[in-house]
Amino acid sequence: MKAIYGLYPDPDTAQIAMNRLRSSESELGFGECNIYLASSEPFDEYDLGWRKQRTPMPWIAALGASIGGFSGYLLVLLTQRAYPLPTANMPIVALWPTGVIVYELTMLGAILTTLISLLVAARIPDWRKGKLYDPAVSDGKILVGVVDPPESAFAELERELRAAGADEVKQFQ
Amino acid sequence: MVAPSVEQLNQEILRPLARTSWRYYLTAGILGAIVIAAIAAFIYQVYAGIGVSGLNRPVFWGFYITDFVFWIGISHAGTLISAILRLTHAGWRRPVTRCAEAITVFALLIGASFPIIHLGRPYLFFWLLPYPSERGIWPNFHSPLLWDAFAITTYLTGSTIFLYLPTIPDFALVRDKARGWRKKIYHVLSLGWKGTPRQWHRLEMAMRIMAVVILPVAVSVHTIVSWDFAMPPVPMWHSTAFGPYFVAGAIFSGIAALIIAMAVLRKAFHLEQYLTPFHFDKLGKLLLLMSLVWGYFIVAERMTVWYGNESPEMAVYWSSAQGRFTHLFWFMVFCNLLVPFFILSIKHFRTITGTVIASITVVIGMWLERFLIIVPSLERKYLPYTWGSYRPTWVEITITAGTFAAMALLYMIFSKLVPIISIWELKLGMRDDGSSPQPALEPATPSRIVAEPGFAAPGK
Repeated sequence: MKAIYGLYPDPDTAQIAMNRLRSSESELGFGECNIYLASSEPFDEYDLGWRKQRTPMPWIAALGASIGGFSGYLLVLLTQRAYPLPTANMPIVALWPTGVIVYELTMLGAILTTLISLLVAARIPDWRKGKLYDPAVSDGKILVGVVDPPESAFAELERELRAAGADEVKQFQ
Repeated sequence: MVAPSVEQLNQEILRPLARTSWRYYLTAGILGAIVIAAIAAFIYQVYAGIGVSGLNRPVFWGFYITDFVFWIGISHAGTLISAILRLTHAGWRRPVTRCAEAITVFALLIGASFPIIHLGRPYLFFWLLPYPSERGIWPNFHSPLLWDAFAITTYLTGSTIFLYLPTIPDFALVRDKARGWRKKIYHVLSLGWKGTPRQWHRLEMAMRIMAVVILPVAVSVHTIVSWDFAMPPVPMWHSTAFGPYFVAGAIFSGIAALIIAMAVLRKAFHLEQYLTPFHFDKLGKLLLLMSLVWGYFIVAERMTVWYGNESPEMAVYWSSAQGRFTHLFWFMVFCNLLVPFFILSIKHFRTITGTVIASITVVIGMWLERFLIIVPSLERKYLPYTWGSYRPTWVEITITAGTFAAMALLYMIFSKLVPIISIWELKLGMRDDGSSPQPALEPATPSRIVAEPGFAAPGK
């Protein structure tokens, strides 16, 4: 992976950089998917990044909840039929105790699928080296750059990133 | 308040991870010794048999089940409070949530160990778990004790994830600052977090879903714990109000534990700029509210019993109102109602010291409350010829003391490994307040920001 990026002191200058990169992407031969941003906090009020904000995560959690609840129902139903334990004149498969187990496993299903969907959607864990990053991000800098641009565009990109107010412009290989 | 720079903020909150004073080791040593004594007492109990405890007919639930209910209640400090504050977008929650969520996980771990400690043969604890066995014995799904196993497992899983997810960006920050073996550990813990907009968006969405899901789980856990008592027809247990009564008590004791933990962290790690009197004032008001709710439940419960005048229930009622538990009962009311009311309802006293004093009395009072729910009912169960009395032995007292020490020790270790305040959420909050921390343009004052052992110098 080759990249060029600037480190910006605040979201306002990062926004300027982002806008300049967006306006020059077709001219310099790269797409919006090549523009990369990293920050140590989210900037929801800025148009800094990923525009596809819709996610099916809540629906996946609901699906996980359904699977969890159904698994709980099967566990209680099949177990109690296989090993009937008469208790206090209650039915072998009684509504209320079954409901408690189904409820808990419904919630467990939602919790686990939320975790799994986060890991998949955020593409973590990813411990591989060679990914664009700069530890200065942890000091509050905002990294805005372009991944894999054409070789011929590097000089122009550097000018654009500097013009937007970057503290530093670096290349990454 | 002057907004600190990002460097300053990182440095101040990461300081406890980098620097360890002799006081820390001394405190950890003392707490560790108490925990070891508790483990030794438990081993002695396993070796000699459960008879070395004070448990005997008719009181088979004593200190251990009191501890179980108490710690599960304390666990409501974190996840429940944090989830409510997240969902209501309470900006002041930001420095508080991680302190609270950590309490949940550790209190649950400690609480969940008590059903096992309480067993006569703890090495057979796995008989509780639902799995097919050749003996043909399956756990009975009609038993509230099995519901506990499901509820606590779900809550522990959810709370651990709820604690871990917002910590990932902070682990990435520590990864960038650390050196050597620490860097490798935090590299793994941060899961390769980069902080791209996609990652932030997904993380925030996951936290919102988790906050919605974890609330009903938290309520269900303590409701199910209350059903351990409310389901059997035992005098003063068999009550429809027990579920909400237990949940209210759990939140009450949880807030108290959170205030104590915050005060200790504030003092020990010099977090005065982040855990301010404002936070203690807000939590103090919540504590006062829950104290009044708790008082309402106590009045409703005891008045209903008194008015019904059923002789088995009245026997239990009088044992705490006039009998051998009178002093404990009124001391509990003093701790849970009178002290919090007089301290927290007067603004002048609702200081850090005031809220901490009220919280300490609440924690003591709530432990007594759990004890007074359990033991008097078992001592005076129906026919007088079955009555008996319970007196804890040194084994139970040592194990109980050990759990308090274990809680403190686990919390101390946690605060050495994880930023105890969520740094990214704090930055976000400061931006929302208009006091945004700025990236340092020049190196900060050398006396404040220096390279710590195992950590890179600022800006490097």
